[in-house]
Amino acid sequence: MSPLKTAREIPIGGMIVEPGNSLNYHTGSWASKQPRLDIAKCTGCAFCMNYCPDDCIKSGQVDGQFRATGIKYEYCKGCGVCVAVCKFDALKME
Amino acid sequence: MSDTTKKAFTGADAASWAMKQINPDVVAAYPMTPQTAIVQNFARYVADGLVDTEYVTAESEHSVMSATIGAVAAGGRAMTATSSAGLALMAEMVGVASGLRLPMVMAVANRALSAPINIHGDHSDVYLVKDLGWIQVFSEDPQEVYENMIMAVRISEHPDIQLPVEVNQDGFITSHAVERVDVLEDATVQEFVGQKKLDKYLLDLEHPVTIGPLELQDYYFETQKQRNDAMFKAMEVIPQIEAEFSKITGKIYGWLEEYRMDDAEVAIVVMSSTAGTAKGVVDAMREQGKKVGLIKPRYIRPFPADALVASLKKVKRAAVMDRAISFGAEGGALFNELSSAMYQRDGQTHMQSILFGLGGRDITPADIEGIFQGLLDGDEQLIKYVGVRE
Ligand code: SF4
Ligand code: SF4
Repeated sequence: MSPLKTAREIPIGGMIVEPGNSLNYHTGSWASKQPRLDIAKCTGCAFCMNYCPDDCIKSGQVDGQFRATGIKYEYCKGCGVCVAVCKFDALKME
Repeated sequence: MSDTTKKAFTGADAASWAMKQINPDVVAAYPMTPQTAIVQNFARYVADGLVDTEYVTAESEHSVMSATIGAVAAGGRAMTATSSAGLALMAEMVGVASGLRLPMVMAVANRALSAPINIHGDHSDVYLVKDLGWIQVFSEDPQEVYENMIMAVRISEHPDIQLPVEVNQDGFITSHAVERVDVLEDATVQEFVGQKKLDKYLLDLEHPVTIGPLELQDYYFETQKQRNDAMFKAMEVIPQIEAEFSKITGKIYGWLEEYRMDDAEVAIVVMSSTAGTAKGVVDAMREQGKKVGLIKPRYIRPFPADALVASLKKVKRAAVMDRAISFGAEGGALFNELSSAMYQRDGQTHMQSILFGLGGRDITPADIEGIFQGLLDGDEQLIKYVGVRE
């Protein structure tokens, strides 16, 4: 988090004047548990990627196959949706 | 002073005529007695091609205020009007408009809140929203409605303020009674209100902004402090804008109007149309040698505590009249704020709370004379109902 600004420094009415500044908001701090990925079990079905409300599942090529490759923990708020939709037991909340 | 034309106008006509001359980009409206006459007039101006305004007929006042908010956030100049239940229904969005610091002007023909349902004038509607961050100005008669509406545009849009303004008038008593109103030329009004110039708005594609995002424990408080600071900034700016408008109309405005206060011993404090009735009573009692005076607050938000207390300190006793009950409170809302301001400034004026006129109950010159006489006789009753069968 960047240092908190004063009432004199921020735009009025809560207006956001720097587009894309939600990147500075690390919702990962909300989580009590977060998913762990077992890449060996992942089939690359992409369910988790499409269901994650915060676009936190990283993907890429593993041995030439499309797979989930990791979690962006600084934004993952620990909702568990990805774990619920994974049919292959590749994600677990911890 | 600029040229004027005489019109036979109700308070509603005066509000809608000012809106026509201001020619806003958007008016969103829903009919609500007794305000309906305002937006009905305005709809006719739209149909007759006399304004360039986009007229939005919404399905409720909540949507009216939402549409007005949208129009202002997009960068437009927008206005609306409402009363009573309409104001209560839009209350959520009333707070959003000021919270997002969106300048707009809303004419309100004050009317009693339900229940029981009642269409007549009192101040329970405006008191419901008075702490939601709108500048609140009150008008005694159609002429004052007209002038307050025009000044409100400039006050609202001033870059140091950026708060919405509610221009109040008494439902039916003012909104539907015809009086002479001197109106300015269209060009004079246009020149005074000028073009809206805000540096940030949604449809500025070169400088994209987000309006209305979430703020939690980290920033919400700062944003509310800013909103309150803007109210106090308005304390400095409103007199400047009024002085500028005075050059056009030749009239003096101010936080309050004093009537025969110079050597007064007792005074009544009352807003809106009742101040007009009270002036007649002051004149009649002065004829009898009784030293009575009147203080008519024009604004209650921002609350002009210094000006009101300075005026009140001229008298030994005062009655503060509220046309609404704050149920369970020790007296009316205006009475309480004034008493508190008086105490903080070491004032010694003895104050009495008068509750009157609910649901449009007549307040007669005899009623007001009775209040003055009570003050002169040293009536010690803290809270007094006037005009109710107890
Ligand atoms: S727990 Fe929720 S936020 Fe975190 S990766 Fe899974 S779906 Fe996304
Ligand atoms: S839902 Fe499970 S199997 Fe499918 S891509 Fe995500 S982790 Fe892999």
